[in-house]
Amino acid sequence: MRYLPLTDTDRSDMLAKIGAPDIDALFADVPEEARLSGPIEGLPMHASEMAVEKHMRRLSKKNLAAADAAFFLGAGAYRHHVPASVDHIIQRGEFLTAYTPYQPEIAQGTLQMLFEFQTQVARLYGCAVANASMYDGSTACWEAVAMAGRVARGKKRKVVLSGALHPHYAEVVRTMAKFTEDEIAGAPPSLTAKPDDDGLIARIDENTSCVVVQYPDILGRLPDLKRIADAAHEKGALLIAVNTEPVALGAIKSPGELGADIVVGEGQALGVGLQFGGPYLGLFAVRDEKHVRMMPGRLCGETVDAEGKRGFVLTLSTREQHIRREKATSNICTNSGLCALAFSVHMTLLGEKGLRRLAMENHRLACQAADRLAKVPGVTVLNDSFFNEFTLLLEGDARSIVRDLTKRDILAGVSLGRLFPGNESLANGLLVAVTETTTEEDVETLASALEEVLA
Amino acid sequence: MNAPNASGWKPGTPVEGHNAMSGPDTATGNRALMLEEPLLFEIGHAETTGVDLPEPQGGANRLGGFDRKAAIGLPGLSEPETVRHYTRLSRQNYAIDLGLFPLGSCTMKHNPRLNEKIARMPGFADVHPLQPVDTVRGALEVINELAFWLIDLTGMYGVAMSPKAGAHGELCGILCIRAALEARGDAREVILVPESAHGTNPATAAFAGYKVEDIPATPEGRVDLEALKARLGPDVAGVMITNPNTCGLFERDMKAISDAVHEAGGFVYCDGANFNAIVGKVRPGDLGVDAMHINLHKTFSTPHGGGGPGSGPVVLSEALAPYGPLPFTARDRDGVVHLVEEENAAEFEHTKAFGRMTAFHGQMGMFTRALAYILSHGADGLKQVAEDAVLNANYVLRSLDDVLDAPFGPSGPCMHEALFSDKGFADGLTTLDLAKALIDEGYHPMTMYFPLVVHGAMLVEPTETESKAALDQFIMALRSVAERAKAGDASLRTAPHYAPRRRLDETQAARKPVLAWNDPDMT
Repeated sequence: MRYLPLTDTDRSDMLAKIGAPDIDALFADVPEEARLSGPIEGLPMHASEMAVEKHMRRLSKKNLAAADAAFFLGAGAYRHHVPASVDHIIQRGEFLTAYTPYQPEIAQGTLQMLFEFQTQVARLYGCAVANASMYDGSTACWEAVAMAGRVARGKKRKVVLSGALHPHYAEVVRTMAKFTEDEIAGAPPSLTAKPDDDGLIARIDENTSCVVVQYPDILGRLPDLKRIADAAHEKGALLIAVNTEPVALGAIKSPGELGADIVVGEGQALGVGLQFGGPYLGLFAVRDEKHVRMMPGRLCGETVDAEGKRGFVLTLSTREQHIRREKATSNICTNSGLCALAFSVHMTLLGEKGLRRLAMENHRLACQAADRLAKVPGVTVLNDSFFNEFTLLLEGDARSIVRDLTKRDILAGVSLGRLFPGNESLANGLLVAVTETTTEEDVETLASALEEVLA
Repeated sequence: MNAPNASGWKPGTPVEGHNAMSGPDTATGNRALMLEEPLLFEIGHAETTGVDLPEPQGGANRLGGFDRKAAIGLPGLSEPETVRHYTRLSRQNYAIDLGLFPLGSCTMKHNPRLNEKIARMPGFADVHPLQPVDTVRGALEVINELAFWLIDLTGMYGVAMSPKAGAHGELCGILCIRAALEARGDAREVILVPESAHGTNPATAAFAGYKVEDIPATPEGRVDLEALKARLGPDVAGVMITNPNTCGLFERDMKAISDAVHEAGGFVYCDGANFNAIVGKVRPGDLGVDAMHINLHKTFSTPHGGGGPGSGPVVLSEALAPYGPLPFTARDRDGVVHLVEEENAAEFEHTKAFGRMTAFHGQMGMFTRALAYILSHGADGLKQVAEDAVLNANYVLRSLDDVLDAPFGPSGPCMHEALFSDKGFADGLTTLDLAKALIDEGYHPMTMYFPLVVHGAMLVEPTETESKAALDQFIMALRSVAERAKAGDASLRTAPHYAPRRRLDETQAARKPVLAWNDPDMT
């Protein structure tokens, strides 16, 4: 077997050194009745590199790759061009096959990268401190809710969710809250041109630990975070802002700047790619340094070595499970290190100038696409405001239209019926995302196809 | 003809009198190939970019008045500078690609490059999680095929694929237990966890709202069955047991433990971090386990990536499977694989799901790699994986137990990892000193001070992907530093001497945390 270096001669020499008659003697602690005699039945035997590649390629070909379609999906996962050097760097063995940097003297590469990543995320979010990543946006969102509970010392048990929070994020929060007995005050989203900020503010009371608002929201609209932050703070609640498209923050004000206390999000759009939903990159930051010790996850900090040289270490680990066990701020251990590297390399390549250009190009193309699609009879653009994703209202069930269009190699967007199953009032909604990878031809293809199916 | 190497020196041996680094200071502080690299924020500029994008063209603006005006503070680098920055950083890392990585319980084994190639196939890497299912049947088949292998290899009933890492899988398993208990109206408050457990176990149980109590261990390093039985009762929701455990020992009484827990109305969670020691040899389902997460980055060799991403599918017993989270995949009678989500769960008779762990369907990029690894090994190769992992660990144990104290060595063989203590070290020298001296020898240290049940613990897991020659070299190095620790060699206290950094001041890092770069002109 190509991954196993021991020869049969090695094996017998080693058994002799150990003083064991055969390999089974080393499994003597396994009760006889639990030991399997031969390879597990019904499973195939080993296969060559060529054979495995062939099998996997066959499965890969059964999927319609985004690059082979006119592609408009978003809703928490965005397709951007990732420069070739990003993938080259994350495949360097010294990054790819390194362990968590618990031995800082031989892990400065990962640690310095994490320190740079934390700084990039903190600045993008308008926050003081970001951690070294979480699993993904949805779990980062729940961790933020849990942290708000700790800040409130368990005295406030109500969590107010915006109706326009990504429904899967809301579902993760609801799932976890069942076990912590927090009261989750959700609401169905309403198909209005502007987010219902007033309705959200009205639901905040003295018992509210946090308010969770997506920015831009699931329908692509921009809520007035500043107003919501002021209202939350007035009642002693924290504002958690959720961002699922980091490129947007090259064009719009940062959540921290607008008063959000905890900012979390999905970092997949930069460097990571679509990957059918994972691995992704959870981003987590706090606006005020005073909340650092309440944060979940790993933090990388600056220090010096015995000779006085600058170096980096994982720090404040007394919050973490491997030290604090049942008193830890979270049970998280492994996070998304390599995805953080991909994000950081992509962000470094862009720089401020590149990020702003990328953001403005996305917005320009999205505005053009919205204008073109609005001309299709039977199509209305819902949004007053948006960045690179907006909601169309179709005269017809969006979900079945999306399915029909796949036959023409058009991935038309995410229907609200798919996102909010069972909510009939949303059935005509279609979320359309446009990035720098979307061509005018793609938009024209979608527009003419919609003209045909809605005619 | 002169012999080019008259001294007889060969790699892997010292050169008498020339072993220490010596020489003049350099102007740059670099040492030839050891290159220092400034922070991105010290070398980058807001005006530099390594991506060609059009200038903003004006025109429509529908940002609702939220236009960003203030500078963000993100320096950029051109492409050549970017590649060099990260390449230089990478060279300050130890990695499996560089050498043996003996981290007990962490299973740092070779990462096959075929798996990287496969994960990047466009049909896997360039598909969106919310595409209509008819356009992603192949991706769903990958998930389902991997699920099938995991169920078969563990002898379990079902599997939840969505958890994003081991600790997330633990949470999933404990939430299944909680849901199953609540479904029978049986509120229980306590989860029992042995002291030798990974820190994630008690943290997980607490996160899910349970009180955590210790299970006592025997002097042999295993769960004390009688003490456990005495503690079981109507308040105990379940136990969390690592098998093989973190002392590197198989829990011989696992079946009896499971039977006792079940009889008391509780459930058995098994931490599957060490499944690589028994894969293909033992099925946890045969031992009465109700839930077990599998770290794909350990047993099935998806790359650790300097701290993730991981992936933690949880195999479930028949009693717990109905409560597993959404979404998951299921194959129908016609062989078509479906994605089961909130709206179609009833069609697949899965109405008791406890909820959703994450936004999408799990770590697809890890599934493709793990499946490629499993298919490469096959049922026969996976058995060989476990056998070679155990053989290598026992070889290390028996090659060093004359110089290092092996607290559980006398009681018999270990599984995939060998545990040593600091007994016999000279006064003032610690496990940490030995570990740092191992860095100078060109190795990543073993797991230190874990498990907590052994003083100055050193947990060595060589894995199955090391050759005998590599093990012999490592054993020689570890023997040398162990002898120095016993002899009281004070130079250990200041090790490492040859790494990119000397020992770092972790106390200062925690006392005055600096967690982001502050530009000098901004402060």
